[in-house]
Amino acid sequence: MFDICELHEPGTLEEAKAVLAANPDLKVIAGGTDVLIRLQHGSLAGSGLLSLKNLHGLEEIAMLGDGTISVGAMAPFTTIFRNGLIRERVPILCEAAVSMGGPQVRNVATIGGNICNGAVSADSASTLFALDALLKLETATDERIIPMGDFYAGPGKVNLRPGELLTAILIPREGYEGMGGHYIKYAMRKAMDIATLGVAAVCKVREDRFADLRIGLGVAAPVPIRCFEAEAYAKGKEVTLEVVQEIARLAVKPARARTSWRASKDYREHLIEVLAQRAVAEAVKRGGGCCAD
Amino acid sequence: MAVQKKIALTVNGRPYRIEIDIRESLLDVLRDRLQFTGVKQGCSVGECGACTVLIDGTPVNSCIYLAAWADGKTVTTIEGIARDGHLSPVQEAFVEEGAIQCGFCTPGLVLSTTAMVESGRSFTHDEVRRELSGHLCRCTGYQKIIDAAERALREAEKAAE
Repeated sequence: MFDICELHEPGTLEEAKAVLAANPDLKVIAGGTDVLIRLQHGSLAGSGLLSLKNLHGLEEIAMLGDGTISVGAMAPFTTIFRNGLIRERVPILCEAAVSMGGPQVRNVATIGGNICNGAVSADSASTLFALDALLKLETATDERIIPMGDFYAGPGKVNLRPGELLTAILIPREGYEGMGGHYIKYAMRKAMDIATLGVAAVCKVREDRFADLRIGLGVAAPVPIRCFEAEAYAKGKEVTLEVVQEIARLAVKPARARTSWRASKDYREHLIEVLAQRAVAEAVKRGGGCCAD
Repeated sequence: MAVQKKIALTVNGRPYRIEIDIRESLLDVLRDRLQFTGVKQGCSVGECGACTVLIDGTPVNSCIYLAAWADGKTVTTIEGIARDGHLSPVQEAFVEEGAIQCGFCTPGLVLSTTAMVESGRSFTHDEVRRELSGHLCRCTGYQKIIDAAERALREAEKAAE
């Protein structure tokens, strides 16, 4: 049995926000594939849970009037990678979604839960970083929209204020339109494994030059990061193998990789360079460019 | 808040109204209260797939699914797969291909394969491997299991024509 003391199951978002406002210590549970495992391992013991499972509407994926793609926080990974709109407009998010866990986990694990856990290895996080995604956070009385970059506070820590719920992930039109993208998850197994490194690259190529490039890295630092120096270097440069190699070298700079039982610091840095080069080259190709030397 | 909760669910076509403890997993309730012991407890953390059941037709690890969430749901366990005492075509395919050794992983693998067959979609070889990747089998090299799933899918496609 799970060591929990109470379970709240509100049926509407308004009710959920009210319950959380009154009981800010409740642990929010979405798909449960992380929270229940942590309970099984003995952490979070004695918690009260606020389950979002009965809320309707928080699973919706839709394009808003201004072209922003809104992904409901309770959308399971299977729903995301099968969704027509995401497949057509943001295929890199499908790649990230299908790389997460195994099929049974993807059927229940939600994108909102994946982000709110604050795991640096979250497969959706580096991709959403590269897409310049925003997060919609709501309390009973207030709401705010913040960039992904402001949300991660440290390993397993996120900037959720008391009483706040993540309700949607917003991908602005500039984040995805006309962009080619590629996500590479590097792990020992192709399923049910945690990433040793995750690299997401999205880019726009115009007249054989980088009009825009964004690179997100997972498991390269205590939190998912962007490679701003590499991105700035790329801007306006001709797409050549040499430039892509230099982008990959610069992508290593913001990393603060560490040695763990999965991989040493040196190995992770090597992976960042090699995989960033592959991810950018493939993103260029998918964006209609070519990076032959 | 009460630690007990009354839930109504359908398991293998039969409706149940039971009182559960909110701390229980669906796996606990299926095995210990309803005696569906075909659902196997393996790792208890959603990694091995032995506890897989179908919830409204979708494969889920019942060890990391709160029993309270099953209220109003339709659950299928391995006990609900055979019809009138006859093995289902998926089970037949597992037998034909010899895709069984100790049998601990088999209920979950049969259920995931059943979900593929019942989806009506077609699957490439890589997709079949991916759909079964949430199951660990410590007896085999998976080849016979994948052969069995592909046989079941092929036969279902033929039957649909």
